[in-house]
Amino acid sequence: MAMMDFLTTRKDELVGWVRKFSLFPYPFVTACCGMEFMSVSSTLYDTDRFGAALPRFTPRQSDLLMVVGTITHKEAPVIKKVYDQMCEPKWVLAFGACATSGGFYRNYAVLQGVDKNIPVDIYVPGCPPRPEMVIDAIMKLQDRIAGDRHPIFPFEKQDEVKL
Amino acid sequence: MAYESIKTELNGLFENAGDSFGMLVLELAAENLLPLVTRLKEEFGFALFLDVTAVDYPERQPRFEVVYHFYAVKHNKRLRLRTRVPEADPTVATLTRLYGSANFMEREVHEMYGIKFAGNKDLRPILLYEGFVGHPLRKDYPIDREQPLVEYRTSG
Repeated sequence: MAMMDFLTTRKDELVGWVRKFSLFPYPFVTACCGMEFMSVSSTLYDTDRFGAALPRFTPRQSDLLMVVGTITHKEAPVIKKVYDQMCEPKWVLAFGACATSGGFYRNYAVLQGVDKNIPVDIYVPGCPPRPEMVIDAIMKLQDRIAGDRHPIFPFEKQDEVKL
Repeated sequence: MAYESIKTELNGLFENAGDSFGMLVLELAAENLLPLVTRLKEEFGFALFLDVTAVDYPERQPRFEVVYHFYAVKHNKRLRLRTRVPEADPTVATLTRLYGSANFMEREVHEMYGIKFAGNKDLRPILLYEGFVGHPLRKDYPIDREQPLVEYRTSG
């Protein structure tokens, strides 16, 4: 038998490695951060290098929700519904100051951070953030996914939380 | 058409005439609004309704000021109207019969300031949502009061 005919690995490591390079983002673009999102996802900065460039325009096919821009209270039910429609496993990236914390809007209209309604995995502050910051955030998220546990059945994870 | 002719011919319909960076500003009582605007449109060519908004002066009596802007395309002249309404009955006549475009702007002023436009049958909110209490652009609306539609997460 020649060398490299087989390799051994842990199941979680293998699945994590696969998942971290196949992030399908759903860009929920509401505001001016969208310009920066276009920049970061197109040729010059190119999130495709990280396996996270193919935007799916339905939440049912995506696993990374990118909340790009200001979320108002009127819009909150929409983003909640989009999040609920995504299949597990799913991650959320808050893109920009407004999605992170409401940014400079402190008034009747604006949700003070999208994490008030849905759980956020990684925050990218900045108004708008530099593309390098977004790439850094994606890489950090990938590291986390790679080191995460990946239960074959989702209820394993829930049992863990209960204990 | 000069501003002077407006001032002389419409004398009596307004209380005060002023100037703002070369634009004529008329202050008038709320009940004179519809007759004045009708004549401005029909006799002086102010065919374009630019804007209606309101200003909240909490310390003044009457409290609200409703501000209109008009534009005469053929004369390249603008005009501003200012009228005061009290807090107890903040009502002015609607201009939707003269300018269809007034509808959306009156709806916005209605939801943001609570100004009532008598005769406008369609004052549903545009930017605010169903169930929103209060008028957010009034000065006594607390700046950090939120009325969320989705319940906030507590954990997980």
